[in-house]
Order: sequence, then C-alpha cells, then structure tokens
Amino acid sequence: MRTLAALAIAGTATLAGPRVGISETAGPAVTQFTLANGLDILVIPDLRTPVVTHMIWYRVGSADEESGKSGLAHFLEHLMFKGTAKNPPGRFSETLARLGGQENAFTTQDYTAYFQRVARDRLDTVMAFEADRMTGLVLTDANVSSERDVVLEERRTRTDNDPGAQLGEAAQAALFVNHPYGRPVIGWEHEIRALNREQALAFYRRFYAPNNAVVVVAGDVSSEEVRALAEKTYGRIERRPNLHPRARPSEPEPRTHRRVVLADPRVQQPALSRTYLAPSYRTAKPGEAEALDLLSHVLGSGSISRLYRTLVVEKGIAANAGAWYSGMALDAGRFGVHASPRPGTSLEQLEAAVDTVIAEVAANGITEAELARAKTRLVADVVYAQDSQATLARMYAAGLVTGLSLDQIRTWPDRIRAVSAESVRNAAITWLDLRRAVTGHLIKTPAATERRS
Amino acid sequence: MIRPLAFAAMTLALVSATPNDARATKIERIVTAAGIEVWHVRDHTLPMISVEFAFTGGAAQDPADKPGTANLVAGLLDEGAGELDARAFHERIEERAVVLAFGAQRDALRGSLKTLSEHRDQAFDLLRLALTAPRFDGAEVERVKAGVLAGLRRRSTNPGDIAGERWFARAFPGHPYGKPIQGTLDSVPHITADDLRAFHRRVIARSNLKLATVGAIEAKDLAVLVDRAFGALPATPDLAAIQEIAPQGIGEREVIELDVPQTVITFGGPGLKRVDPDFIPAYVLNHILGGGTFSSRLYKEVREKRGLAYSIYSHLVPYQHAGLFLGGVSTRNDRAAETLSIIVEEIRRIASEGPTADELAQAKSYLIGSYALRFDTSSKIAGQLLDIQLENLGIDYINRRNALIEAVSAEDVRRAAARFLADSKLLVMLVGRPHKAVPAGSGG
Repeated sequence: MRTLAALAIAGTATLAGPRVGISETAGPAVTQFTLANGLDILVIPDLRTPVVTHMIWYRVGSADEESGKSGLAHFLEHLMFKGTAKNPPGRFSETLARLGGQENAFTTQDYTAYFQRVARDRLDTVMAFEADRMTGLVLTDANVSSERDVVLEERRTRTDNDPGAQLGEAAQAALFVNHPYGRPVIGWEHEIRALNREQALAFYRRFYAPNNAVVVVAGDVSSEEVRALAEKTYGRIERRPNLHPRARPSEPEPRTHRRVVLADPRVQQPALSRTYLAPSYRTAKPGEAEALDLLSHVLGSGSISRLYRTLVVEKGIAANAGAWYSGMALDAGRFGVHASPRPGTSLEQLEAAVDTVIAEVAANGITEAELARAKTRLVADVVYAQDSQATLARMYAAGLVTGLSLDQIRTWPDRIRAVSAESVRNAAITWLDLRRAVTGHLIKTPAATERRS
Repeated sequence: MIRPLAFAAMTLALVSATPNDARATKIERIVTAAGIEVWHVRDHTLPMISVEFAFTGGAAQDPADKPGTANLVAGLLDEGAGELDARAFHERIEERAVVLAFGAQRDALRGSLKTLSEHRDQAFDLLRLALTAPRFDGAEVERVKAGVLAGLRRRSTNPGDIAGERWFARAFPGHPYGKPIQGTLDSVPHITADDLRAFHRRVIARSNLKLATVGAIEAKDLAVLVDRAFGALPATPDLAAIQEIAPQGIGEREVIELDVPQTVITFGGPGLKRVDPDFIPAYVLNHILGGGTFSSRLYKEVREKRGLAYSIYSHLVPYQHAGLFLGGVSTRNDRAAETLSIIVEEIRRIASEGPTADELAQAKSYLIGSYALRFDTSSKIAGQLLDIQLENLGIDYINRRNALIEAVSAEDVRRAAARFLADSKLLVMLVGRPHKAVPAGSGG
C-alpha cells in the first residue's frame, strides 16, 4: 500500500464460510453476480451497523510483473492515489475524509486491493471514485518520482532496517527457483529505483479492467442496491478484450534442501526458520490443503502444540516455536516452521530437535484428541470471523481471486471436519520433506569477523 | 443475580454521516449481586460473547527495581490455575475454542475473553481460575520469562524499540513511566514467582475492575457469570500512589548510533491529560497536524510533497498521571536532519497560526463521521465501552462525543495549541546514522 507490502495470508482460518454446524447461525447469505463487462461482485450482508466496507480486488500481483521490474504492482498501488483526469490529486482522499471514511490498499503476490469503510449512504460516492480510477489515472513525472522515494523508505522500514526480514526475503528467493513468488512484493531496491511513469501506466492499462477485478461490499445493503450502484459506476467501463491469462512459470519438482544464513552484528536473538514448498487450496488434491491447515495447527499453534510443547516446555531449549500454512495462493502454497533458541542452545541443536518433532508426526501421526481440538478451533474461528464485516470481505475476496469458488469457500468448515488423522499424517510425510525446503539461520556475526564501517 | 437497580439503558447511537441513518443499540448498565458494574450490549446476531476488562494499575505498579512484573503476570495468568496445570488449562481452552488474553499497559492490566455461546459457562470458569487462582508454577515462570527475554534481545537492536524506550527513559527519569513495560534484560531474570504473586494480590481486585460485554446473552444470565468469574476477587486493591509528572528533557536531541540505512525518530513533549477540558480541542488539533488520514499536514509535507518517509504520525497519549504528545517518522540517514526540521517547522506553524477554517471543518467532519467505524465488531464495541469507563467519561459519552467535537472552535484549537505546542520544543531520539550532525538543544 500505502500499507502492507507483503501481506502473507498465513495462519489457519483464512477461509471462512457460513455453514457452521456448531453454531445456530446460518452465516452470511453471500451473493455473487457478474456485470456484463465481466466485473465480479460479492455482497456480504451485515445488518448490525450503518457502516459498509467496499473493496476492489484486481487479479494482479507481484507475480504478474515482468522479470526485471520487481515492485511494479506495489508501486502502481501507491500511484493509484495520485488522481485522475476527472478527480485531481487528493480529491478522493479528502472527500472520503470529509465523510468520515477510512481507506487503504495492499498488494500481494496474487492481487492488489483497495478499500474504503464509510457510512452506508455514501457507498455511491466511493463506488464512483473507485470506478473512475479504474481507467482515469493521470501520473506526472514529479509525483511518480516522490512516490518512488516513499516506496524506497517503505522498503527500508520493512526490510533493510531489519536483519530478520532480509533473511525472510532471501529464503523466499531460494524457495522458488523458477516461479516469480521468489521476488519480494515490494521489489528489489535496485529495480524499484528504475521504475518509472511509463512502466506504471503500461502495467495499469494491461491489468486494471472490470473483467480482471472483484468488487466486494459488506454491510447493511442488499444485492439489488449494490447491483444498481455498480451498473451506474463500474458498469459503464468497457470490458478489456484479450486479457492475458495468468500463467506464471511453474516450479520444477524440488530436489535439494537449501540453506540461507544471515549473519549481522545486530542479531542479539538468533532464530531458525524453515519453509516448505506445498500445494495451495487451488492446486491441492481434495482435502490436502485442509489437512495442511490442521497439521500446522497441531504442530505449531499455541502452547499445547507439538513444537511448543517439545522444544519450549519439555526440552527447554527454545524461547518460542510455531508453524504456519499459507494456502491461499493462485500457485504454490508454503508451510513454515520457526523457533528461537534459548541461550546455550545452538541453531543446529534446535534444528535437530525440530526435525525430530516433525519425524515423530510423520512416523506415528497425531492423536484423535489433537485432531478434534484443532478442528474445533478452526471451525470456531469461522464464527468469530463473522463478527467483522471487513474480515469477511477480505476472506471471501481473497478466496475468489486465488481461484476458489464461492461454494468452496462456504463449505470449508465441512471439509475441515472431514479430514482424518491419517490424512494429516500423510500431509506431513508428503510435504514436510527436506528436499522441498529452505532452512534459514539468523545469527550474530562472530566477533572476529564483524564488519567495520 | 442482578440487583434491580441502575438498569440505566443508554443509547449507543452509531452516528453515521446522516442522522436518519443512525442505528441505536442499547447499553445496559448492570450491577451484579457482588456489586460489580458491567456495561453490556445484547446482540444475538452471532452465537458468541465478547468480554473486555481491565484492572487499573498496570505496569506503573511494578516494583521500582523490577520493571516487567505486570507484563509477566499477564503472561502467566493462563499458564496454570487452580487444579489445572498449564497444559491442562490450555487443553480446556482449546477444546472449547475459547480466546483468552491478558496484557499489561502502563495504567492498567487488561484482559479479553471471547467464547461461543454454547461454551460460555466453561469460558467464564476458566476466566475465574485465571484471575483468582493462578499458580505461577516455577517451571512456567521460567518458560514465560525465557520468551520475554528473547523478545527483549530482539528489541535491543530494533531501532524503533530503542527510540521509544530511550524517549521514555529520558522523559520520566525515576518515575514508573520511564521504565519499559516488558522490563529489561537485567530486571526480568530477577523477578520471582513470589513477586508475581505479590503483584497479583495488590492489583487484581473488584473495586478497580472495569468491564464491558457484547453478545448473545441476557443481562440476568451475564450477571451470574460475571459474579462467578470476578466475584471472589478481593474487594479492593492495594495500589501504590503514582506521582503526577510532566515529561523532562524537552528541547534535547539524542543520537543513538546503529548501523542501519534508515534513521528512526521519536519526538514528543507534554500533551494534555484526558480529564483536561482542552483535551478535545487538542485532539482535533493533533488530527490536523499528524492524525490518521492521508491529509494531515505532516503527511503532506513529509511524505506527499517530499517523499521523505513512508509513515509519519503524531498522537496524544493521555496517561493517567501524565499527558503526552508523541510522534514518529523513519527516513533515510542523510535526510534525517531535514525531515526533523520540517516537522519542527510544521509544529511551530500550527502553534502560531492555528489551523485554517477549512482544515478545522474537514477535521471535525472526519472525526464525527468516522466515530461509527469504532463500533463495527463485538470486540471493538466492548473495547470502546471499556475505554470510556477507564477514562471516566460517563455512560452517555457516546451520545455526547460528536457534539463535543462539533463545538470545537478555531479559538479553542489555538488555546489548546498554546498549552502544549507553544514553543514547539521537543524531546527527540534519533536511532541510526543520521549523517548531518544534529545540534543539541536547538529547539527541536
């Protein structure tokens, strides 16, 4: 954005749906329709407040950039706040501020999204502004240049000032040897410096179109109201013919365990991270991604998880430990494990202990009690998610733009309930294979070799 | 059981931009049999209950030589209680998908509980155990301390954390506000289970409890559960008196060398406390200067016009015993001095000239219109109701708040500015390698 560069939709219950057996609620009655120009629209009812959340999600992210122009999708997201032929710079934000609305935007590898939260009777205003900037963007060399400096500052804040973030960037690059997911969303510094107005506009004209976007409206509005407003605003924009299909270079079958090490004098607390190449909800066989979600929960969510209990509680060699699964992706997903050693434990010892925990799950599986607890938590998180219209809007839209159907999103809790302990074990055997992984070590530079500057 | 008293029903008018769109939600004020006051919003839309609560007296109550005590207490309340050891406690939590969290702030120890309606009895029972019978078992204390120490080691080289910590240390020497809430690498190893028990006894009581709930439960049922969870706590805490204090070191700049490409700057000075009659005008003033939209003066001057930073902000921090004005920015090392001088100039300008009529109107319009956005989830509503109680603003505050903003005049804003920005002097911490030497004591 203006905010999140690399929004990792990590964690578990990122997919939510309404059919929640354990609750009395029927969940939100989400409706979906498509305008004649190809724009997909989702309406999520929330009758509790007079506020609406309006979001537009473009089906374009950093993985759709040309090689050599990393950061362009995110840079364009910043530039989308620079005004249009009809609305000069600042007018959208100032109008929104006067209405008491809030706004922001974010870019990931697979999508770029813009949102506003505003009183429901102002929905027409924000839809008109948002539709206007789908095609009307005007950029000058001056505002492109100062915004590029802003993005470079953003990169310094997020990455260059933080050794842990630099290691994460290197691990991601090592994990993907062919797919553009290996590039940082915010871009490599030297490539950000070379981005310009013409490139941004070309990217904009190529990807920003009604038939390449999803609009989500959550709040106290009917789908009829939304349809009427959408026809008046977005509906006037012409479909872009010949949209490029989103075919990214795919990964070869991985065969090597890779290691990345970052040594920096600033590291006072070493850390271990491991990332495995895994399927995503879109690419997985039925039930596989659900099993990975449950596996990440049993292995590394909270203080009774396998990793935490073994490394932190029983062995006392780690200060913390956990696991995550990032399955909301158009292409490959990722499964991660991390731990921080206590003083006196080396990263090698810690890594061996992590591998023992994973090997134990692969050899003997998980217990029925562990499975039941994990299912209860993931399904309950769907109920809790319904408390926030903004969260719901985000979950449904993220599902749609990463290739899932509304029905797949809705039935997620049922599919989680259907996973067996054996499937979880199989997921561990199949995917938590070192040949699919990158292991990262964050360490302090040994005193003798410390860089002087 | 509810004593049939103060069943004051207030209206939570979620004001939107147009009056005819305002929805009304009723806040019920319940006083339980044990005498505990709860502000409750009944909402059966979802089968869940959100609870937000706080005990006044947070990290400021840490023993002077043991900063980090409150933070550790918060970390250990759910690590074993009553008959349940840590693992058994967490298994109960997980089996019912309860969300229970505690955290230490400077002036309060806060907690939140979220549960599905069907597990509400068990959830409140677990809360009771955590509050009334935490075990502070030796192994768990060591384990939680190890986690805190790992965090402190990470913070010790993070420029933003260093800047913030140094700012508070310089502004409040010898005062509890000068100590880091998480404690220090020196203090945390020395905190014992007995220290945690002592803190627990002194701070967690009924008379300093504030409590707000939202969700699918009737007042009379809620009152029973509240008494079950909180009723057995001691009637009153034993809090140390905290001295009123104004931040020190104003006008000073300190550079803390760190080999990073971007300098992180924390700046601030005296602000106004929440009880101050000029707090609302000061709040409007800060919004114009550096508040949270893309149209503040600092945002426009530092980011939009010059591309000097990704994030630039200022805010008022009204502690119980000190009012603060604080801001932050991160910028490349060789432009840190320039960035800081722009910030100082903007503060000087708004203090001497005040806002334009247009800026004032725009700010009020935003602050009034966006108030409803704070009330769109159960947890946020409960959190707002808790904050209003902690700040003693009264149960009708939600109805009065927008009128208070609307009434702010240009004259009010100028008066507020004169009270805390008049000489535009700041205490500034710069962490990084700001290339151009920054002269000390030059009003900045």
